[in-house]
Amino acid sequence: MLQYFRNTFKKSGAARTLVASAGLLVAASAAQAVDLTVYTAVEAEDLKKYAKAFNKINPDIKIKWVRDSTGIVTAKLLAEKNNPRADVVWGLAATSLMLLKAEGMTEPYAPMGVDKLDKKFVDADSPPHWTGMDAWIASVCFNTVEGKKHGLPVPTSWKDLTNPVYKGHVVMPNPNSSGTGFLDVSSWLQMFGEEGGWKFMDALHQNINWYTHSGSKPCKQAASGETPIGISFAFRGAKSKAKGAPLEIILPSEGIGWDMEATAIIKGTKKLAAAKKLVDFTITREANVMYNKGYAVVAYPGVAKKVKYFPEGILAAMIDNKFEWAATNRKRILTKWQSRYDSKSLPKKK
Amino acid sequence: MDSAAKSYLKIENLVKKFGDFTALRDISLDVHEGEFVCFLGPSGCGKTTLLRAIAGLDIQTHGRIEQDGKDISTLPPAERDFGIVFQSYALFPNLSVERNIAYGLENRKLPRLEIETRVGELLDLVSLRDQGKKYPAQLSGGQQQRVALARAMATSPGLLLLDEPLSALDARVRVHLRGEIKDLQRRLGVTTIMVTHDQEEALTMADRIVVMNHGVIDQVGTPQEIYGAPATSFVADFIGSMNFIPGLVAEKNRVKVGGFALDCDTRGFSDGDAITVAIRPEDINAQDMEHDDNVVDAEIVHLQFLGSFYRAELGGTAFSGHEVEANFSVNLVRRKNIDIGSKLPIRLPSRHIQLYPPFEG
Amino acid sequence: MADTIQAAQAAQRAVVRPKISRDDWIMRSIMVVIGVFLLVAVLLPLYTMMSKSVEDKGGGFIGLANFSEYFSTPALFNSAFNSLSISITTTIIILIVTFIYAYALTRTCMPFKWFFKVVAVVPLLTPSLLGGISLIYWFGNQGVLKELLLGEKIYGPIGITMGSAYWVFPHALMIVITALSITDARLYEASDSLRASKLKTFFTVTIPGCKYGLISAGFVVFTLIFTDFGVPKVVGGNYNMLATDIYKQVIGQQNFQMGAVVSVVLLVPAVIAFSVDRIVQRKQIALLSARAVPYTPKPSRGRDLSMLAFCSVIAIIIIAMIGMAQYAALVTFWPYNLEFSLANYDFDVMDGGGWEAFWNSIEMALYTALFGTIIVFSGAYLMEKGRGFTTGRSILHMVAITPLAVPGMVLGLAYIFFFNHPDNPLHFIYGTMTILVVATIVHFYTVSHLTAVTALKQMDPEFESVSASLKTPFYKTFARVTVPVCLPAVFDISIYLFLNAMTTVSAVVFLYASDTTLASVAVLNMDDAGDVAPAAAMAMMIAYTCAAMRIAHVVLTRGIARKTQAWRHQ
Repeated sequence: MLQYFRNTFKKSGAARTLVASAGLLVAASAAQAVDLTVYTAVEAEDLKKYAKAFNKINPDIKIKWVRDSTGIVTAKLLAEKNNPRADVVWGLAATSLMLLKAEGMTEPYAPMGVDKLDKKFVDADSPPHWTGMDAWIASVCFNTVEGKKHGLPVPTSWKDLTNPVYKGHVVMPNPNSSGTGFLDVSSWLQMFGEEGGWKFMDALHQNINWYTHSGSKPCKQAASGETPIGISFAFRGAKSKAKGAPLEIILPSEGIGWDMEATAIIKGTKKLAAAKKLVDFTITREANVMYNKGYAVVAYPGVAKKVKYFPEGILAAMIDNKFEWAATNRKRILTKWQSRYDSKSLPKKK
Repeated sequence: MDSAAKSYLKIENLVKKFGDFTALRDISLDVHEGEFVCFLGPSGCGKTTLLRAIAGLDIQTHGRIEQDGKDISTLPPAERDFGIVFQSYALFPNLSVERNIAYGLENRKLPRLEIETRVGELLDLVSLRDQGKKYPAQLSGGQQQRVALARAMATSPGLLLLDEPLSALDARVRVHLRGEIKDLQRRLGVTTIMVTHDQEEALTMADRIVVMNHGVIDQVGTPQEIYGAPATSFVADFIGSMNFIPGLVAEKNRVKVGGFALDCDTRGFSDGDAITVAIRPEDINAQDMEHDDNVVDAEIVHLQFLGSFYRAELGGTAFSGHEVEANFSVNLVRRKNIDIGSKLPIRLPSRHIQLYPPFEG
Repeated sequence: MADTIQAAQAAQRAVVRPKISRDDWIMRSIMVVIGVFLLVAVLLPLYTMMSKSVEDKGGGFIGLANFSEYFSTPALFNSAFNSLSISITTTIIILIVTFIYAYALTRTCMPFKWFFKVVAVVPLLTPSLLGGISLIYWFGNQGVLKELLLGEKIYGPIGITMGSAYWVFPHALMIVITALSITDARLYEASDSLRASKLKTFFTVTIPGCKYGLISAGFVVFTLIFTDFGVPKVVGGNYNMLATDIYKQVIGQQNFQMGAVVSVVLLVPAVIAFSVDRIVQRKQIALLSARAVPYTPKPSRGRDLSMLAFCSVIAIIIIAMIGMAQYAALVTFWPYNLEFSLANYDFDVMDGGGWEAFWNSIEMALYTALFGTIIVFSGAYLMEKGRGFTTGRSILHMVAITPLAVPGMVLGLAYIFFFNHPDNPLHFIYGTMTILVVATIVHFYTVSHLTAVTALKQMDPEFESVSASLKTPFYKTFARVTVPVCLPAVFDISIYLFLNAMTTVSAVVFLYASDTTLASVAVLNMDDAGDVAPAAAMAMMIAYTCAAMRIAHVVLTRGIARKTQAWRHQ
């Protein structure tokens, strides 16, 4: 309904201009708002803010958001490969965008001012297929009240979480659907090695209460005490803490996985001009300041300010993430993960 | 009805099939203008199917129907000219009596006043002048059926079709309404076809009766013809009651039944043919023995008092083990002192005897 | 000579081709339109879905390979077992509870019957997810009554059973009440006069009398639970069920082929249950048509009071479920800040589409009720009262009954396959409000259709003949007589469609787009993202909307009953 009003308002505005200026038809088509279908995994509460900031500069381009968890948006994009519905992806894991690039689904474009970004945040190709926005970082949400109630020590490392004392107290996202879940798994495999990583997950699996569909749910559940420990990401933890949840956000000592949220244009879009305008906006300093509201590390150097409730020492804890490796091995890792863990309820194997 | 009367509805070689089942087998029939015809027969005989074919509600598989000189064989009901009344009345429950009657008129875009006048006339016709504002559910069954009749007549159709119109009513209302419908039909002179399974209804109302059985017309005739000279054993059995005794044609105009020989008209049969002899109980006589033809000795096996007369069950060698029923007047039983076990001579008047081919099985 | 005779005979034998009148043309055109609608909205999508299950990702035919893959994956196969065992357990529990509750309402002189009748309907007003959400607040790790579970977790079979039992209760109750109300009182008199004991009477008269009702309720409940995905999604934890598997395969991994395979697997028991139910219903009708004397219960203090106690417990459970959802929605931050606030109603900052989703839902429900009622009722009218097209009409009737056997998720998935195909000329409705409305109408077509048919069957079959003889086109009689007389049924169909459109998740979860998010889907997505309290808040918004419509429906129906009293009752 709101949209309807907005549309009519816009149209009547356009009508006024055209009466003032030239012919009716010409102006009507020229002034018509463009609808951009934008796929995203950005937290729902930020979407309106992002769109508003963009529309301040480009009032004629209307963003139609399709939001879901990282894994789902990725899968959706892949499934629609032959019949893409998205024009732009704004805010999806870089590993996923790399995958799309490998599938030949991205449109290379060097947005205005791309040279100002930290090189780490830009695709190495020229022109780049994707540009980064911010880093989102794994962390563990620990509910101090529930921890005390169950007599749980505060974990300081990933390995700590395999301690049998945490049995049934840990919740983590399913990497098949959640980008956070995937960056956790990929970071463990990078840190502990292929074999050590799976061994670690076998042990962790024993303590897992359940796997969630979305990456923010474990932290939200930790915040509300449904679980004492939720493996999630720092942004979510900080948000919940701000709401007054008795949370401690822990950066495990071995190092933390992370991924970039990044932006790309989908090849074959019929609205390339508008898509380029959007991507241009996503790398501006202004946009980066906006990302910094929730994310401690952003692509535009010198913008990042300390984020309230964020744990200290994030930059130091971030592992040297091999994105290309993660992207190329993504499918294999997920299939293996699913066959090993995706049925907590299976009767014990004979 | 004289044969020169103008034929209004002409049915030729009508066949109606429902899948493998043949409901009407080669029916041909003429209905004259202004005539009241009854289709009579047991349920499943095809009489309603024939009516619905005439109405165009279930169009025949083969054959032709002509109404008022116009071939209507393929026309949908709305393009034919008839009014219809159903057993269930089929009154529109949410419309008042007036609106029900006016239903067909309203669609003709007649002026309001004209409609009102016509509805008033029709209400008068069925003597429901003061019930116009009521809803059907507030009327008795008989009143509802009169409304249905008025509705059917509202558009002055050339043909009135009545599908078991009285079957849902109480016995007394039924008898009363019979007279009323017949009266109305006579006054309006509308050609009318009524379907009924009630022989009394047919006998009292119809100018001509069409007796149907298994999709075939067995006999067409005035009530007197149908009753007095049933063309087939089915008609004989279906209308009124009839005694059937097996026998043989002995010689011309003489048949043998059990140990007796009876005089009767044997036209259509040859000597030695097996036959069924039929006579109505009321035609069996226990007096006037001065005519000495066809007198047999009988014994009263059973006697049932039916109010205005007695029904006697007769035994005796004459009927070779078949029981024969006869109606005796109360007066006669009293006078002759007839009782169970009484033996007496009875007469089977030859002009009342009908012969049919023997029953199968 | 012989030739002429033969020619004459041939002419006579020629089959009469009835002239098709204007009425017939109109009728047939509408019938064709409805037939095409059902073909496009029911049969073709289902066909596409089934063919997908025997294709690989590229669309090549691979026979049953997907199925053998499915059945060789223990995790997936296990879901089938889980779905079966949960459905059977819950069905048994719900049948027992429902029977006692219905018995109390029909066969005793328990006080406050009206109250218990009203309370029993409450779960119909909410999405099935609401039960699951409430259970988290009652029995979750921070649950108020967590201790009652004796250390067991609510996430898993216990939660699914409880949550399912909550929302299917009214569905079962309506059937059992009907079955119990039709038993013939004379049988009890006979049993009494034979001096049979109360227990014996119960087992020889009461149970056989409502046997078919119980069987029917059992199958309906079984199918509902077997195909529901709301409850296991919310409180299933890691306990996988078939319905959640489809969701995971399709939404989680966009593995449409596997989703189609699971759909076919899900379709099998649903179709079996559906067929058994149809057979049983026919027998039930036979029982009904006997001229029965209605049973009037006599007071019996002990029985009435114990029934009151039982029904009170059930009513308290239902009120507790919905009450907790409302309470949790108002609490600022469970369990650490129990102050009331409207923070959880700030849907716009949550996943799922925000307040727009709520308005979308109302819009969708209104469209569904409006267009659904028109399509269903005119369809039923033509199938029941139309002329010509005899075979076509009975085929249409069969197709109209099909959707009942198709679980919502299967339908939704079938729609993706069919409408999202780029070559489909109807591709443009994909991702619009239209596809949501069409899917919802089809999903709830059968019950609406049967309601319409029942009402139409009570109409005199000769109305159409009479109006034809009076040369009034059928549509005038339809508008002036049929619709007014069937108005209560028409309203029943609209409210049924409205309530279901508001609360359904399963079919639409695959079909909504970013600007057509729905309230019920928002409940699901908010819960998915961990925003359980806002999910409860949205679920309650749905409940209030449905309750308001329900009340409006009752008022309207009563108003009509009063207005039409003159002609409705003798």
